[in-house]
Amino acid sequence: MALNVLMVGATKGIGRAVARRLAARGDRLHLVGRNLDDLAKCAEDLRARMPAGARVTISHGDLEQPGTFDHVVQDASDALGGFDTVVITAGLFATQPDLEQDLAFTQRMLTVNFANTVLFCEHVRRYLLARGRGTLCVLSSVAGDRGRKPVVLYGASKAGLSAYLEGLDHRYRAAGLTTICVKPGFVRTGMTQGLPDPPFAADPDEVAAVAIAAIDRGTPLVYAPGIWRLVMLLIRHLPRFVMRKVGF
Amino acid sequence: MPQLGAVAVNTNTTHRLSGWGRVPIVPGYEVRSENLDAITRDVPLTRGLGRAYGDAALPAPGDLRVAGSVLADRILAFDSAGGLLTAEAGLSLDELYRALLPKGWFTPVTPGTRFVTVGGMVAADVHGKNHHVDGCFGRHVVSLRLRVADGRIVHCSREEHPDLFLATLGGMGLTGHILDVTFRLARVSSPWIYQEVERVPDIDAYMDALKTSAKSWPMTVGWIDCLSKGASMGRGVLLKGRWAEPHEAKQGFPTLGAQIPVPFMFPNGVLGIPTVKAFNALYYRLPRPHRAVVHPAPYFYPLDVARDWHRVYGPRGFTQYQCVLPASGGHAAVRRFLELVTRGGGASFLCVIKDCGPEGDGMLSFPKEGTSIALDLAMRDDTQRLVDQMNECVIAEGGRIYLAKDALTRPEHFRAMESRLDRFLAVRRTWDPDGRIRSAQSVRLFGW
Ligand SMILES: Cc1cc2nc3c(=O)[nH]c(=O)nc-3n(C[C@H](O)[C@H](O)[C@H](O)COP(=O)(O)OP(=O)(O)OC[C@H]3O[C@@H](n4cnc5c(N)ncnc54)[C@H](O)[C@@H]3O)c2cc1C
Ligand SMILES: NC(=O)c1ccc[n+]([C@@H]2O[C@H](COP(=O)([O-])OP(=O)(O)OC[C@H]3O[C@@H](n4cnc5c(N)ncnc54)[C@H](OP(=O)(O)O)[C@@H]3O)[C@@H](O)[C@H]2O)c1
Repeated sequence: MALNVLMVGATKGIGRAVARRLAARGDRLHLVGRNLDDLAKCAEDLRARMPAGARVTISHGDLEQPGTFDHVVQDASDALGGFDTVVITAGLFATQPDLEQDLAFTQRMLTVNFANTVLFCEHVRRYLLARGRGTLCVLSSVAGDRGRKPVVLYGASKAGLSAYLEGLDHRYRAAGLTTICVKPGFVRTGMTQGLPDPPFAADPDEVAAVAIAAIDRGTPLVYAPGIWRLVMLLIRHLPRFVMRKVGF
Repeated sequence: MPQLGAVAVNTNTTHRLSGWGRVPIVPGYEVRSENLDAITRDVPLTRGLGRAYGDAALPAPGDLRVAGSVLADRILAFDSAGGLLTAEAGLSLDELYRALLPKGWFTPVTPGTRFVTVGGMVAADVHGKNHHVDGCFGRHVVSLRLRVADGRIVHCSREEHPDLFLATLGGMGLTGHILDVTFRLARVSSPWIYQEVERVPDIDAYMDALKTSAKSWPMTVGWIDCLSKGASMGRGVLLKGRWAEPHEAKQGFPTLGAQIPVPFMFPNGVLGIPTVKAFNALYYRLPRPHRAVVHPAPYFYPLDVARDWHRVYGPRGFTQYQCVLPASGGHAAVRRFLELVTRGGGASFLCVIKDCGPEGDGMLSFPKEGTSIALDLAMRDDTQRLVDQMNECVIAEGGRIYLAKDALTRPEHFRAMESRLDRFLAVRRTWDPDGRIRSAQSVRLFGW
């Protein structure tokens, strides 16, 4: 059965790669984003990859405007004739030194990545539960797994998000809501452009493949690439005196 | 402060950039964004996937920042009836394969790796195994959206600013930043390839076989052993192919597998003469089915099986030398060139020989009617001298070299090969009087 998917963040990076894979296999997509012209170009890119006759639609939505989330969900539902899957890849990032120098951006980052993503998920949760069932897949990060020097602020936003997604899965799985938390390591996208590749750097398509497999199987937590599960297991168990010394 | 939609500026000046051969390696870094329009406003050069071997995609001395197109990779329009495609310059052939080959469309011309961008394919006016039939990529390009030196965005085609358009085909990024490319895809009869393989005992037989098969095969290419001397000089293997007819095709779609990584740098000299000799002898004798239906990826892109395969050449890197010798010189010219190479002990892992059809309309486009010869050369102390000697031979034969591969050619040699150069530089001067758009290669060869 083809999925009916609402996507936030499909214009770039990991979201673009997820959308392309879903489009190629014939799922129906509705893209929500901040810039309608840009969304229209993304939709055209996806149309070229879709089976003949498949549709992709777009509408405006901004994670910095929580007051509009009601409408965003309604517009997507109208466009798709109801949706059963939501994929949120939207997010903000900056390096720790940059964030420390710019509190205004830090506030936006914390708000978008945590508070507003959670609020958006709350709208979606109600919608999907009201329909009986559905899947919510959200991109968090390995940065949320342990407080670490290079990602103190960004990691905190993702730690909160991961905790929320885990709780949601525990609370609503039985009622029909499948919640999926995807934790990528370093991915070569615009978000990280200019930063040198650390070990296990991945391309967005690899992450997209992992996220879609999790959606298909209902796996509540996946690392992408999978090696990060092991790496973070180790890092989570390093003593604090070690974490104070090392640079990662 | 990096913000989405805006461009994070990387001020790390310790970064290095190189081409695929890793000769030369220069200071520089790439700025990447989905928004190619935004990042090309104030840089001297745009690069794609960095598969040019030498210094074509590197900043000139003193420049550091270049634009990287790879995130700008959307298909902007596709006409599924006629095959006309408009794409952002960073779209790779890898992505095009995944997106449109399942629908029966593919690029009409492909180089020997799928990790190239359409922008890079225009800038080098790339050619493939079907050059004798379909010409270069540029022949299939209808129009371009280009950011020129003064910052304006210009649409060009064979009708609109034809001088700019034709100078951009094969112009190695020196006329401006290619933003979008509109080109015609080819309809394929199936996504599989029908291939025939022929073993050929020496260079004359090889050249004859190439010529004969060109008449009935849309794609031909071959490999020869550059180390065998005397009677067996130029013994080789000729591959002939075409897209398989539906009734010949295998079941299902030929999906692309993951690449095998080359996880570390090999030591220098691993690909020295003994290794290459052994490889060449083995490759020549390797039993192969005479005819078979094969997967298009290993057919078009045999080297893409391994990721970062350039690491086997070691930290000193390597260079590729590719020239075309005009048809007028016949077999004798090819023989003279190969004698020079075998004498020079230019151990080449790969020596690829292919006949080229007539010259295209790209002003600096590489191929012309004759024989193209490509060699990979591990960097050694005498590599510059060998390249100089080969260039002198090419000049004497009336041939030319391929800029997408070049790192070592001297300016006076290039000028002696390229009668079209003045016309190209005049167009470049018209659109860029202050010489803002430039690369390490353009400064090396043209002084600006
Ligand atoms: C294994 C291998 C096999 C190859 N086989 C062939 C072959 O069979 N035939 C052939 O013709 N070539 C071949 N090549 C060469 C390759 O096709 C060209 O070098 C091509 O230009 C690489 O594309 P790229 O996207 O990597 O460009 P880059 O290497 O990044 O750039 C190459 C040139 O294009 C310019 N450029 C790139 N993008 C833009 C843009 N958007 N706007 C303006 N200028 C731009 C750069 O400035 C530079 O001058 C091969 C290369 C490799 C590594
Ligand atoms: N890249 C990594 O290394 C990495 C690692 C771990 C986790 N992640 C997480 O993975 C997710 C995707 O990352 P990425 O690398 O693909 O990022 P990206 O390339 O920067 O793309 C971010 C996407 O978020 C959208 N977006 C940003 N702010 C928005 C807002 N206010 N409203 C709506 N959409 C907004 C952007 O849309 P516009 O087109 O409008 O800008 C864009 O589509 C993020 O949650 C990120 O934190 C990334």
